[in-house]
Parts: sequence; structure tokens; C-alpha cells
Amino acid sequence: MSTQMNFQPVLLWTDLLLFVLLGAAVWAAFHVRSNAPLREAWRKVGKRPTGMAAATVLLVFVCIGVLDSLHYRPVLPPVHSSTNGADSGVKPAAPIYSTEVLSVLDALLEPLRARTEKTYSAPFAAQLYQREAMELPDGRQVRAYPRLEHGAAHLDEPSAERGADIAQRLVMGAGQAVWVWMALFVMLATFVYRGSGLRWGEVAVAMLSGRTVLAWRSALVTLAVILLLVGICLELAPLYHVLGTDKVGQDVLYLSLKSVRTALVIGTLTTLVMMPFAVALGIAAGYLGGWVDDAVQYVYTVLNAIPGVLLIAAAVLMMQVVIDTHPEWFDTAAERSDARLLALCFILGMTSWTGLARLLRGETLKLRELEYVQAARAFGVKTPAILHRHILPNVMHIVLIALVMDFSGLVLAEAVLSYVGIGVDPTTISFGTMINMARAELAREPMVWWSLAAAFCFMFVLVLAANLFADVVRDAFDPRRS
Amino acid sequence: MLAYLIRRALYAIPILIGVNLLTFVLFFVVNSPDDMARMNIGVKRATPEAIERWKVERGYDKPMFINAEAQGRERFTNTIFFDKSLRMFALEFGRADDGRDIGQEIRDRMGPSLAIALPTFILSLLVSISLALLLVFFRATYLDFWGVVLCVAMMSVSSLFYIIGGQWLVSKMWALVPISGYAPGLDATRFLLLPVVISVIAGMGSSARWYRTIFLEEISKDYVRTARAKGLSELAVLFRHVLRNALIPILTGVVVVIPLLFMGSLLVESFFAIPGLGSYTIDAINAQDFAVVRAMVFIGSVLYIIGLILTDISYTLVDPRVRLE
Repeated sequence: MSTQMNFQPVLLWTDLLLFVLLGAAVWAAFHVRSNAPLREAWRKVGKRPTGMAAATVLLVFVCIGVLDSLHYRPVLPPVHSSTNGADSGVKPAAPIYSTEVLSVLDALLEPLRARTEKTYSAPFAAQLYQREAMELPDGRQVRAYPRLEHGAAHLDEPSAERGADIAQRLVMGAGQAVWVWMALFVMLATFVYRGSGLRWGEVAVAMLSGRTVLAWRSALVTLAVILLLVGICLELAPLYHVLGTDKVGQDVLYLSLKSVRTALVIGTLTTLVMMPFAVALGIAAGYLGGWVDDAVQYVYTVLNAIPGVLLIAAAVLMMQVVIDTHPEWFDTAAERSDARLLALCFILGMTSWTGLARLLRGETLKLRELEYVQAARAFGVKTPAILHRHILPNVMHIVLIALVMDFSGLVLAEAVLSYVGIGVDPTTISFGTMINMARAELAREPMVWWSLAAAFCFMFVLVLAANLFADVVRDAFDPRRS
Repeated sequence: MLAYLIRRALYAIPILIGVNLLTFVLFFVVNSPDDMARMNIGVKRATPEAIERWKVERGYDKPMFINAEAQGRERFTNTIFFDKSLRMFALEFGRADDGRDIGQEIRDRMGPSLAIALPTFILSLLVSISLALLLVFFRATYLDFWGVVLCVAMMSVSSLFYIIGGQWLVSKMWALVPISGYAPGLDATRFLLLPVVISVIAGMGSSARWYRTIFLEEISKDYVRTARAKGLSELAVLFRHVLRNALIPILTGVVVVIPLLFMGSLLVESFFAIPGLGSYTIDAINAQDFAVVRAMVFIGSVLYIIGLILTDISYTLVDPRVRLE
């Protein structure tokens, strides 16, 4: 009939900022290409095996996060009015969109998202974690473990067939992973081969034996491990709950993947939103000195004086009041929780910009006495031009180091803050809310350990990769460490 | 030195005023007391009378800055700003939502907080510095490399998992100590053992690595080479020269937190049900008891400023070149 879209794109604030950040990263990449010293520094990052491996892992997480940031509202199936039959002349009403905001990742993970159970079930389980009263065919009541609606539902006799089924699918998943890995390897090798002046085979062998300048081998090994896990999950996840289900029966693997975006948003946007303040105030204080310096120092001493958690707690409590007293600002629940997430980034940024500002102030104090800055001043170059042309490019490495160093700490902080009750909205899926929900169940017998284990593993891999990457970047960019 | 300290103490006043203004703006200007009342009572039950009662109970019904109805000094003292904000300088924090005096509560809860924070602080300092010295002694060997890897791995684990894992393993599986709780006096040790050990382990990764960096920076300096050239053993170099000279950067980060130990640790205290200031703060946050949060913010900043002054004094103790003028 009419050509109506069956979805309505939704751009949340955090999506917008994430894409801005992504655009900035692409722009920076082009800038690096044309700038020899910067290119050399990044090359140093690529030479370190840990750097390449960590970058590969982070890239995968970023992909998940970006897919989860393309939001839309699906159209609701048209409601047929049964009040009167004479609706032939009525024009088809404008499509009504669901108030539930989904993302592309949700669409890709539809089988995981939709297949919820009643409550907890262990990884690969075929039965529910709790006994329920069931009626036997002969009418007797027994308390037994009911079969899951979706998990291992394709098996008739799970206890006998499950092991073989899982093993078979493991092999199939691994096989697919090998194929994909080989395809990616050929593409990468061709990319390295172009312009190398060697034969393709030589390049491929050099990459596998770790004799390339950049540590391609560690990236390839990391990629192989990731692809293996992804391949196995692709085979198993549609049929089993690979990581079990949580209290309301949601698949834990799905929750873990959704948490990645929250962690990335907190880890990157916090630094992004505080960076303009930190850079402007830090450089101004260092270069201009005088009352500007006094004022900036006063502001950051005051902010520093309040213990971080308490300042965050106070600000979050107040933000909650603002959000709760203005429900008319938000169309959907997703927008509300997104506003809270963004506000949390601002609040965390408010407490953390002081460190960067202090570093920048110190560095600017040093730079302003250097000959080239003095010369520029003697030539009568205006202050804004000096700041922009001479000071800013020479402190950017500090900003970059701060960006990567802060990331892991912020991801960890999110979990703690959500536990304390001053983190993300309880409806936002994050590592913190996952841990919080799972924590209460540790006392049960037998223990519900899988939600915690999943959150632990995902967080550990993400934060470890971020820490390793941050170390390598700092080594490459910090002139004191070369 | 005394003149310097007095100046520093005077410098604290504008900072405390800044903290005070900031909290006042956060708590009373961003949201009106009516908003807070509605939130605290619950939107559904928030009738105008209930809101009014809530405000009167807490003294939020007064004018913000100037009381036009009152006479003389009362014009300024009988206001929210004076009552809730300025009185804090006299350490009068008013009452919590449950009617108890916040000041008294803080005095009562300081003890348990210190009982857990002080041993944690001393132990983790000792453990981390020894570990860092060990890594530096074996620098550029496999031990150093894997030690650093372990440190990075340890600092990549959320402190929540250390606590949850430790409680599960030690208290539940091995049943060595009670899972949580507190008892006054010497009896407290069996409750404090696990939280202290867990806190030390949780902080070990990042601090050991940080101290190692400081030591390595120090060890590449000329005086160390001279000391080695004199024929001193590596151990003597490390303990007598490197450690002493590295104390300045270490003290910068460490001394400032000593006063904050009074505040306790939010996470550990709440997981182990220790009746200290940390769990008090968490309870207040969860119950949205704004008065308590305000009081803790103020106390925290006072302690931080004391920490800054202590840091300056500690420099003179470890480095005879530093004079506070």
C-alpha cells in the first residue's frame, strides 16, 4: 500500500556524541597520516605486540558499541478497529511506532533478546533452575524442574544428547571461524603487501612468523581467538543459553553484549565532555597566569577537596530529582535513561577534569618559556594564535594519554557507582546493574554464579585491553618515557 | 614554619566557602525544596500538606537567603542558607531523616571506620612498596615482566569482584570468618580480618605498579650510579638511596588520604555490614537523606584540606632541603 518506513530512526544524545567522537577519530587518523612525528608515534604503538592485540580487542568492542548505538523504533502492527465495518473509506492511519527503542545490535541478536525464560537457568541448561509444581498426565502434582522454553528445546532427551550436540556444534563453529579468519588474513596480507615490494607469499609468511615491523602476528592471533569464540557462540547461542539466564529469564550473553555500549559511553564520553573545559582552563591558567591562574586553581582545588564519590553522589541525587520532576522532557523510557547516562558522564567529567587541567597547566607553564614561544611573542603574534598554533599542538599528547588512561578507570567506576545506587538508570543494561542483580543471588544454594562470571569476564577483557593499550600509547607519546 | 602553616590554614577558608557554596547550589538552587520533598515522599503521596510538613520537619520552609519577616540579626540567621550551610562551619549538621543527630552519629561511626581503614592503609603501603622494590630489584628479568603483567591484570578486576569473590571463598566455602558484621572491642578482629585482606589485595595491583614506576625513575639518576660506583650493594642502594629519594612522590599521593581514612570505604563497609561512615553514606544515598550527604561532603573536604597541609609537613620530615617558609 503506502510506502511507509517500518521503523523510525532515533538519535539519542549519547549516540550523537559517540558518532561525533568517531568522526573526530577518523579526522585524527587523516591528520596523523600527513604528520610525520605523529605517524612515527603511532607506529611505535603498532610495533608492540601487546598494543596490537589490545587494539584488536578494543576494536571488536567498539564495533559492538557502534552497532548498539544505531537506534530505531519499530512500527507497531496496525490495530484493526472492530467498532464498525465501514472503514473502507478511512485513509490508513499514520504508522504508530513502538515506544520501545531498539538498536541494530538488538535486531542482530533478536534470537537472544526474544527468547526469554521464566527465571534463572544455568549455562547450557535444559531445565529451569527452580523446581515448580507440575501436573503429571495422570493428574498427580509433583515438584520438578520444568524444561526450558527455548534452551536446548531442539533436543528430545537433553541429558543423553546434549554433550554430543554441543561438541558437534563446537566443531562446526570453530570450522566457520577458521574460514573467516583465513579470509581476513588474506585481506590483511594483501593490504600489507601493497607497496611492500615483496612477493605476496613472503609477506604472508613474515606476518605469521612475526617478522613484520608492525606486530601483525599478535593481532592475527587475537583475531583468531575472538573469531573462535564468536563462531562457537553463533552456532550455540540460538539453541542454548550459553551463559545462562538471569532472574527474569533474559539471556546473560545478550545482557553482557548490551553492557559493552554503556561501558564505552561512560569511558569515552566522560573524557570527551570534560576535555574542552580542561584544555581551555588548563592552558589559559598556565599561559596567562595572574588572576586567571588564581581563579582556575581555586576552582579545581574546591572540586578536588570534595571526595569524588560524594560529589558524584550529591550531583546524581540532584539530577535524579530534576529528571523525576520533568517527565514531559522524554518521549520514551530509553530517552530518559539515556539522559541519565549522559548526565552521569557530565558529573563524572566534572570531578575528573581537574587532573587533566592541572597537568596541562604545568606543561603550558613550561612551554611558554621556550624560545619558539618567546619568539612568536616578540614578533607580535596575538595570544589566541600562539595558544592555537604553538601551545595546543604541543600539549595534545597529554590529552591523548589522559583519554586512554582514564577509560579503564571510568569503566570500573561505573560498576561501583551503579552498585552504590548512583550510577546508570536501573533499566539501562550495564555491567554495574548486572553485578548488582546477581549479587543478591550468591547466597542461594546451588549458587547462581553465571551472571557474575559473565560480567566479570567481559569487564576484565575490556578493562585489561584498555589498560594495556593505554600503557603502550603512553610509552609511545610521553617524551619522558622514550 | 608556623607562619606557613597558619597561612595554609587561612587559605583553607576560601576553599571551604567554595565547597559550601557548591553544595548549597547543588542541593537548594538546582532543585527547590518542594521538588526534593515530592521526590522523598513519593510523587503519588505528595499532597501540598505532606510537602509542607516535610519541609517544616527539616527546616526547609524558611526563606532562602533573607528572612524579610524577621527582625535584626534574625533576618539573616533564620534562613535556609544560614541554617543548612553556614552552621556546618561550627560542625553543626542538624538531624538526619530518622531524627538522629548527624554529628553524634558521625562521632559514633568514626571508630569502626578507622578500625578497618587504618590497618588497610598501613598494610597495603607495606605490601605494595615491598612488592615494587622486589620488582625493581629483579628489573628486566622474567620475574619483573610477569610481575607487571600480574599487576595490570589485578588492576583490571573491579573491586566489587574482589569483595564478592573473597566473601564467597573465605566465608562461605572455607567458613573461616563470618561473612559480615561487627562487634566492638577486640572481638572485632575476626570481622575485620577478611575486609582488610581483601582491600589490600584489591589495591595492590595499581599501587605496586605505580611505586615501581617511581622507583625506576629514581634508579636511572646519577646519584644511584655514584652509589653503585662506591661499591654499595644493590640492596643498600635500593633501601638507603632509592627508597628515601622516592619518598617525596610517594608521600604526595599517600599522605593526603590519611585524614580521609576517617570517612571509611563505601564498598567494603557496606558489603561487610560494618557500622562506619562509609555504610552511613551509602545508606543515606539510598534513602535520599540529603542532610547526611551534605554533612559528609563538608567533612570530606575539611579532611582533604588537612591532608594537604599534612603532606607539606611530611615533606620537611623526609627531605631536609624542603623548608616551609
